[in-house]
Amino acid sequence: MAARFLHNKTAVATVTIVLVIAIIGIFAPFIAPNDPFKADIMNKYAPYSAQYPLGTDNLGRCILSRLIYGIRPTLGLAVLTMLGTLGLGGLMGLLAGYFRGMTEEIIMRVVDVMLSFPSQIMVFAVVALLGINVQNVILANVFIKWAWYARMIRTGVMQYRDKNFIQFSRCIGTPERFILIRHLMPSIASDLVVLASLDIGWAIINISTLSFLGLGVQAPTPEWGAMLNEAKNVLTSNPTQMIAPGIAIVVLVSAFNLMGDALRDILDPKEVNA
Amino acid sequence: MLEVKNVDVSFRSERQTRIFGTDRTQVLHDISIKVDKGSCLGILGESGSGKSTLGRVMCGLLKPDRGEVYIQGKPVYESRAGKKQLQQSLSIVFQDYTTSANPRFRVRDILKEGIMAYERKLGKKVGQETEYEDLLKTVGLDSSFLMRYPHELSGGQLQRICIARAVACRPEIILFDEAISSLDAHTQVQVMDLLKELKEKLSLTYIFITHDLTSVTYICDNVMFLYKGRITEYLPVSRISESKDTYAKQLLNSIIVYEDEMTA
Ligand SMILES: Nc1ncnc2c1ncn2[C@@H]1O[C@H](COP(=O)(O)OP(=O)(O)O)[C@@H](O)[C@H]1O
Ligand SMILES: [Mg+2]
Repeated sequence: MAARFLHNKTAVATVTIVLVIAIIGIFAPFIAPNDPFKADIMNKYAPYSAQYPLGTDNLGRCILSRLIYGIRPTLGLAVLTMLGTLGLGGLMGLLAGYFRGMTEEIIMRVVDVMLSFPSQIMVFAVVALLGINVQNVILANVFIKWAWYARMIRTGVMQYRDKNFIQFSRCIGTPERFILIRHLMPSIASDLVVLASLDIGWAIINISTLSFLGLGVQAPTPEWGAMLNEAKNVLTSNPTQMIAPGIAIVVLVSAFNLMGDALRDILDPKEVNA
Repeated sequence: MLEVKNVDVSFRSERQTRIFGTDRTQVLHDISIKVDKGSCLGILGESGSGKSTLGRVMCGLLKPDRGEVYIQGKPVYESRAGKKQLQQSLSIVFQDYTTSANPRFRVRDILKEGIMAYERKLGKKVGQETEYEDLLKTVGLDSSFLMRYPHELSGGQLQRICIARAVACRPEIILFDEAISSLDAHTQVQVMDLLKELKEKLSLTYIFITHDLTSVTYICDNVMFLYKGRITEYLPVSRISESKDTYAKQLLNSIIVYEDEMTA
């Protein structure tokens, strides 16, 4: 697996980008050149300089430092959202696929209902209902996304549970845990990883969108979407303030999308490694 | 040692006369079989006659509507002990070798699952590297195959791996569900010779499901004809020509014609 991973340039590149961004976020206090909250009105809209590598914003805060500190909510919340979605969706999907009968019927009808709502509007509705704050944004995202995963994992379980290699395992009395962890999960995982890495990009955009609309992370916390929101007021007078968070979002989301495709190639055992 | 008593199996029909109907199609009718230790029973029948279904009942994967399977006198579906006993003494080889092995497993991992079953039975680790080589040698392969994936093997090689995996559990009975049917003629003979050899060496009992009469006469002691889910004939292979059953006669005739053509 490791060899296949190292062979795939896209995978190595995208995973490196994501890891580097994550590490910068974790060590933000040591890397950021300035205090991201320290406003200096006298020095607003400063151009690029040694002290402010990306200049300052409308309140005279260092844009680079805000960008670096902004990794934490942007990436962190997106990862949290995906973990929640995968956890809930995976559990429900496995329950439905494994136990069939009544359990399956109930879970899948709920899933059907969930899938019939337009997701973006549901997020707004849930946030409006529960109140504007970060936990609710995550809850809302998990709430509308889990059904996709539940359905996919159930399909995967049903597809593989009757495959001969699992029938063999059952026949010779291999523990259910082994069947689940070594046979079922890896078989489903390749599809799942692709969807999950595409969706983590979706989660980043979604959280940023909500923050941009003022429904997510609140000022003065530096978050990329919120930074865009602040920048939009000065779009004409100081356009550079918008470029930094904009590019950052595009790079991170693209990295996750490309990573999804690359991981699919790696996880498919039949893919010839060149 | 393995006994099937009055087994009926039915499945819910695809086409129902009413919405939410529960019409069922019966696939097996009152099947009773006895397999003695060290023997080889052939189960012959055309496609759709219920052979694989019977196989699944016998290896504890499908609970019949009626009837019971006994392993050394213990009921398999009634008691946990019987089920466990069956799991420890029966192993299986399938027809479709492409789905018989997890495509993500290397040959080593595939065999390991069988060895793990043996370890569970033994209650201690075997954990020797030579075990893998021995297994591969048993089925006529060498240790260079150990790190390969299933898609890097030919059909015959992969089926040999599946046989090695079945043997790795140290079973007393092995059930072959059309295990050689999808191999080419030459490989079929090779694998059957291998099976004969293994049977002697490990004193195994075979249940051999197939639609091919020739392979039954080659390897089995007794033969059972299954037609539309019913046993129509059950007799020793040596007396197969005395069979009264129409399907059996039809099969026999086709072979005799085939052999005539060969000699002509
Ligand atoms: N899971 C199932 N659900 C419904 N019908 C089934 C199922 N499995 C097998 N059958 C039916 O049972 C019959 C016997 O199938 P099978 O035992 O696979 O036959 P064979 O192995 O002799 O070709 C077929 O008519 C098939 O359609
Ligand atoms: Mg069959």
